Amino acid sequence: MSEQLFKVTIDNITVEVPAGTTILQAARQIGGDVTPPAMCFYTPLKGSGGKCRTCLVEVSKGSEKDPRPMPKLVASCRTTVMDGMEVKSVTSQRVLDARAGVVEFLLINHPLDCPICDQAGECHLQDLSYEHGKGGTRYEFQRRTFKKHDLGEFIQLHMTRCILCYRCVFTADQVTDKRAHGVLDRGDHAEIATYIEKNLANDFIGNVIDVCPVGALTDKTFRFKNRVWFTKPVNAHRDCDKCCGEVTLWMRGDEVFRVTARKDEWGEIKTSEKTGKTGWICNDCRFEKKKASDWTVEGLAPIARHSVIGQGKYPGLQRPSETIERVLDGRKPRLLMDIHTVSEVNKPGIELSEIKGPATGDVFKQ
Amino acid sequence: MQPLTNRAKNVDRRPMTLAERAYLPAILKGMGITFSHLFKKKPTIQYPEEKRPFSQVFRGLHVLNRDEEGRERCTACGLCAVACPAEAITMEAAERQEGEENLYREEKYAAKYEINMLRCIFCGLCEEACPKDAIYLSETFAPANYDRKGFIYGKNDLLIPNPLTDREAYEQAAGGRVRQPVGSR
Repeated sequence: MSEQLFKVTIDNITVEVPAGTTILQAARQIGGDVTPPAMCFYTPLKGSGGKCRTCLVEVSKGSEKDPRPMPKLVASCRTTVMDGMEVKSVTSQRVLDARAGVVEFLLINHPLDCPICDQAGECHLQDLSYEHGKGGTRYEFQRRTFKKHDLGEFIQLHMTRCILCYRCVFTADQVTDKRAHGVLDRGDHAEIATYIEKNLANDFIGNVIDVCPVGALTDKTFRFKNRVWFTKPVNAHRDCDKCCGEVTLWMRGDEVFRVTARKDEWGEIKTSEKTGKTGWICNDCRFEKKKASDWTVEGLAPIARHSVIGQGKYPGLQRPSETIERVLDGRKPRLLMDIHTVSEVNKPGIELSEIKGPATGDVFKQ
Repeated sequence: MQPLTNRAKNVDRRPMTLAERAYLPAILKGMGITFSHLFKKKPTIQYPEEKRPFSQVFRGLHVLNRDEEGRERCTACGLCAVACPAEAITMEAAERQEGEENLYREEKYAAKYEINMLRCIFCGLCEEACPKDAIYLSETFAPANYDRKGFIYGKNDLLIPNPLTDREAYEQAAGGRVRQPVGSR
């Protein structure tokens, strides 16, 4: 059984995959437009998937032995391939319509506060709605709101942005030693909370931030400090006794604004090179090590070609050396104006990356 | 060589006639043309007193807009800065605290917002990029200055007067340009 390879055709492209592979994983082997989007499925998390319905595909031929098509669209993250299966993803109008419908449903109660949201620029819901959604919404009622829950000093919860993918619940179950949060209530009222106000302070709980496909769980130590696309992602590592210590630093100049785990092209946390397991990182690495001297920088992290994060970032870029000093026998060029004497932005005295929480008006008043 | 056009004229090198040599008739003819302009419509505008109306698409100094309750619209989303081809815009964001709801419209606001008018090329891409209708290019020039310091415009220089407390100044700064978006609260 283990050596058996199944032939599966997705959008007229045939791949051979081992038995037990899901359609989504087979499509990811092909890559490109064929791959269905996935909001709730997360490869490293056992049991994830099947909730968001964005990965719907049409199975036009069940298998070689039973060639009947499946009557309804199926969730590709939970359906395993059969030998000779034929799947339609982007070639089926039914699938495209269904995805547009799912996106509309996901966005019904979404506050659309991307200008404020820290996830903007790396948000899967943004990508999904751009690529698979429609231009407008038909919803004209008050959007659902929630009472605010405080999840402690590290993690900021915005329940209005949540799409209930359950990834954070699985992460807390499978990666941390104890789960303190979960989904309360049902249907429209379902929300991520801790029931009794509780800090999320388990050692690996910070990974829920990386896992969250939207801006519902964000890093409080990075909150409002910078936009994602103005920071530069570099791969870095340090010796950590709790985790693999392989991270992506989001830097601006020499300041480390944010630390996240390394992610692959599907937005999932990469397998660590050191341990060979999923590269979850501990809270210490994520929240406490905010100095460039804590890390060994390896170089610019790969950025997706069409991502806004790629703006102004060029691999292999080297800081040009100052020529004037060399030409003028060591005399320094006379500056006409030091920008810090006039400018109030990026004051040398205020290091935003070293403030614990989000900056407030008082920070700038000093 | 073949001439490019047939408009070339040969220089007239014949000796001058008596009337031409008399000098005065030609002078008087020229003076006549000059004098006749006194009675024509003047195209000159006496600039500081008189001003020519701006074109509808003129792009001058930026203003940061407020909503009708006088709260700042800008949420420091950084889209103007990323759209800016000259990299003239910088900002720093802060979280709105309790009690500041009458000052800032959203949860996040621009604590510092700066446009370097030395870099700005007045292309208006920031205005197009803004999702909150917070930045507009007005009908004013950037005034001249002797040194560079005066060209770094902070939030105090850019922010429009509060429409609740100073309606007149607000209208003047808005100048028929700044509009409240349709359907906004």
